[in-house]
Amino acid sequence: MAKRIDVNDLNVYYSKFLAVEGVSINIEPKSVTAFIGPSGCGKSTFLRTLNRMHEVIPGGRVEGQVLLDGDDLYGAGVDPVTVRSQIGMVFQRPNPFPTMSIKDNVLAGVKLNGTKISRSDADDLVEKSLRGANLWNEVKDRLDKPGSGLSGGQQQRLCIARTIAVKPDVILMDEPCSALDPISTLAIEDLINELKNDYTVVIVTHNMQQAARVSDKTAFFNIAGTGKPGKLIEFNETSAIFSNPEQKATEDYVSGRFG
Amino acid sequence: MSATTTNPRHSTGGTPVPPARKRNSLAKGKLPKWAIWAVAAGAIIIGAAASTLTGFNIAAFAIYSAIIFLVAATIITTVVEGKRRGTNAMWTYLIYACFIVALIPLASVLYTVLEKGLPGINSHFLFSSMNGVTGAVDNQSVNDGAPVVGGAYHAVMGTLLITLWATLISVPVGMLTAVYLVEYGQGKTLSKAITFFVDVMTGIPSIVAGLFAAAFFGMILGPSARMGIVAAVALSVLMIPTVVRSTEEMLKIVPNELREASYALGVRRWRTILKVVVPTAISGIASGVTLAIARVIGETAPILVTAGIASQINMNVFANWMSTLPTFIYYQIMNPTSPTNVDPSVQRAWAAALLLILMVMALNLIARLVASIFAPKKGR
Repeated sequence: MAKRIDVNDLNVYYSKFLAVEGVSINIEPKSVTAFIGPSGCGKSTFLRTLNRMHEVIPGGRVEGQVLLDGDDLYGAGVDPVTVRSQIGMVFQRPNPFPTMSIKDNVLAGVKLNGTKISRSDADDLVEKSLRGANLWNEVKDRLDKPGSGLSGGQQQRLCIARTIAVKPDVILMDEPCSALDPISTLAIEDLINELKNDYTVVIVTHNMQQAARVSDKTAFFNIAGTGKPGKLIEFNETSAIFSNPEQKATEDYVSGRFG
Repeated sequence: MSATTTNPRHSTGGTPVPPARKRNSLAKGKLPKWAIWAVAAGAIIIGAAASTLTGFNIAAFAIYSAIIFLVAATIITTVVEGKRRGTNAMWTYLIYACFIVALIPLASVLYTVLEKGLPGINSHFLFSSMNGVTGAVDNQSVNDGAPVVGGAYHAVMGTLLITLWATLISVPVGMLTAVYLVEYGQGKTLSKAITFFVDVMTGIPSIVAGLFAAAFFGMILGPSARMGIVAAVALSVLMIPTVVRSTEEMLKIVPNELREASYALGVRRWRTILKVVVPTAISGIASGVTLAIARVIGETAPILVTAGIASQINMNVFANWMSTLPTFIYYQIMNPTSPTNVDPSVQRAWAAALLLILMVMALNLIARLVASIFAPKKGR
């Protein structure tokens, strides 16, 4: 559990358009890394390359290396499905499967793959995952009800439970709180702090306070202008990024003088 | 009632509102509710009078009344409530009129079929075939005043079997095509070609589909190959484009987020399609399929050239001729069993027509039921 990610000089393309250029970054296991930066700077795009979700979009491709504990994700003969089962992802908008109950949503990663699982193992997994996502107490009496009946914050935690149920090594979160109210956001942030004990967490956020609250290290991405590729400007301890950044652009952004 | 309607809140004394304001400056004149009914009543009376002048008939009466009402209601509303309200009233009543005009054929068809078909519906009609019913039998029942014998059981069974086989052929083909188009073929030349040919297929006249199936099987099995399965193939040619189109639309509206959520859990693409995408869209797909069935169940010409016509019960779609309800109706009207006494045949035809309408209605109801059963569950 909890592997490290090393990215070497990664270029990300949409067909011929270079969206992110020359990113090299080392993400430690059992840490929380936040990606911040203005809209359109490629931080979500870059995040999606970390579990090969980028290539789901027609024309999406990358150049460079992404190493998960030394194994290249983009090496020859690597099945993206294997990659994604080890690097889970939580999306911006909560997206529980509408046809499934809360329980089936948690088991989705197991059941959709056709893996046979005994009833007692399934029940254990559901409880463990929901407890892991701090949702168990709220839903334990209605596990057979549809997941879409939950509130937005609960749905997002259900999605996190669904992700940790497949026992990944790394969890990627793409603005997981941007569609949620402050109370649900707090619940998710607490959860991220707990997840850090077992997983490597990478989170994209627009909320700089959130980055400061939850992350150990912060990466600042920026874009020179429309049509230019996004770049990694600075990557450092979160405290350093927010109090004593090395780059002028980072300081402008975190102090609100950006643009 | 006029433009000086007062606001009751202001006119009742005792409340601490500014006094002496008789008229709300924001308010305009408003027609009382009964006024429009009075206009309608007046229009009907004048319309009746006007149509009597030119020799009374119900169509002229309705048209005159409608025109008079439209003009009068528009003028009165314009005078009392203003120009915008007047225009609004005119269009509203015009749209009501169009709605009624559109409804007349439907109501008329239902009325006629019920009136003429109901006397022929009985258990004998429902559960016996035309086997052994000849012109002599019909003549006898007319001369003796005995009940009409002979029924449509064979045609009902033929309709059900041929439609069932047509569905069995077209649903897998249509659904898989749609899955390819939406999930795999985005932007590819093949998918563009398929979309084009599906559009072309939508426009194939049903008799051409019938001739195609007849010729195709004639080539393989010899020129006189007519049986239920040939008809089913002809109908599936008509059904497939409808199924492809409706399934495609339903798959397209499945949010991409669900696919991504599934991929992110390490689920393979075909399993994602099978377990996430299709179940999410299944209610729409099911109702699309049912509507496609409802469309082809009433086809006559392609059945005649592919399955022929039969008067006895044939439950085997792979041998011998078969009747369906539309061909049964057609033959009863065009070739009455007894050329001298056509009434029994006409009665059977109308009863069969009623039966066909009921079957299509039942299918539509089933479609709604299926859609609501499969729909993603709501609630807490």
